[in-house]
Amino acid sequence: MSYFEFLSQYSDRIVSGTFITMALTVLAALLAVAIAVAAGLIRMAPNFAVRGVAMVYIEIFRGTSLLVQLYWIFFVLPLFGITLEKFTAGFVAVGMNLGAYGAELVRGAILSVPKGQWEAALALNMSPAKRMRRVILPQAVLIMLPSWGNLLIELLKGTALVALISVADLMFQVKQINGTTFMSAEAFGTALIIYYVLARFMITPFMRWLERFMMRKMGRA
Amino acid sequence: MFDWRWDFTFEILPRLIVATGNTLLAAGLGYAIAVVLGLVLALAQRTPFRPLTMAVREAVEFVRSTPLVLQIFFVFYVGPQFGIRLSPWTAGMIAIGLHYAAYLSEVYRGGLECVPKGQWEAAKSLNLSMPRTYFRVILPQALPPSLAGMGNYLVGIFKDTPMLSVIGVAELMHTANAIGSETYRFLEPFTLVGIIFLCISLPTAAAVRFFEAWVRRKLGLS
Repeated sequence: MSYFEFLSQYSDRIVSGTFITMALTVLAALLAVAIAVAAGLIRMAPNFAVRGVAMVYIEIFRGTSLLVQLYWIFFVLPLFGITLEKFTAGFVAVGMNLGAYGAELVRGAILSVPKGQWEAALALNMSPAKRMRRVILPQAVLIMLPSWGNLLIELLKGTALVALISVADLMFQVKQINGTTFMSAEAFGTALIIYYVLARFMITPFMRWLERFMMRKMGRA
Repeated sequence: MFDWRWDFTFEILPRLIVATGNTLLAAGLGYAIAVVLGLVLALAQRTPFRPLTMAVREAVEFVRSTPLVLQIFFVFYVGPQFGIRLSPWTAGMIAIGLHYAAYLSEVYRGGLECVPKGQWEAAKSLNLSMPRTYFRVILPQALPPSLAGMGNYLVGIFKDTPMLSVIGVAELMHTANAIGSETYRFLEPFTLVGIIFLCISLPTAAAVRFFEAWVRRKLGLS
């Protein structure tokens, strides 16, 4: 079977897998951003106990593998009475894992906002919440956006693991195709190229655009 | 519902500890490949031969932005299609070594770019050969600043070894899975795997941070 025959026969499965991968990436990214901001801010709380909660979360999710977390959420969590559907379990695991990495980015970015900005906000008698929201966070976002680009590529790569709990993403589809046709180079090669295109020609340009957009918003373009 | 069985825990613990040895071995071997190959990839990007430089650059970018688990499958299954049969261990080590070599080459590249231009000029004016310039002048200065990044990827490679279970390398995750399917109990094996990972990666990460601070102090960077 030539490569063109291969593509014409299996393209719809590959395309549907690609869409699932993209959906997983978007959902996991939204979850990761939400968790990162929340955990990053809680990690800097003045109260030690509150700070500890975020620290434990971050250390657990950064200290173990994504695959271990995925299996744990999918196989063990039901024993505690929380049963997640496999698609949900997939993006929740990826989002929680990358959210822990993102939390450190958020914290680092907030800490690297110049001290004068904090003092100026204080001098203007802003409440801590308002200071964070109107002065510190917007500048922190600008600082951390480039690192988020890398993190989102890691996230896209992470979604490939959900194939192992049989979510029908791109990875899963090519694994199935490989199982029936034994055309490994074609099946896995195509998937590699699709992942590369998603990372290099969708996520990276999107993040560049977002960086420029934020710069303009902040009047620094 | 939730019932943790201690007798079962102690029954499976020896098997998991043996598997932990395999995990550490896989991480160590993969890292050894990555450290050497990464340096080759970084140096290849500095040759004056443009096509090679660009090809390596693009290849590194490709490996870095595609999933490791897919690369593992690719290496393991594509070989036999062309008559090259690789054992799970060999295929796994090639895949994970290559993946992290791409990451480490970026770390080395950063280190190499940190070496001041004057060092190159001085080596040139002393009429040192290219290999001598690299081995005696440039690399000794480029590697110490790279050490922190290298340490982070050591922890990273350790955390990525469970992916080798997909092609049947008998590491920790694979063993936990096997126990789960033999006994229909997933709570203990998977939780223990998580705990074992934490017990190894947290101290290692702390050691890496400590080492990084030490190197920075030694180099007078902070």
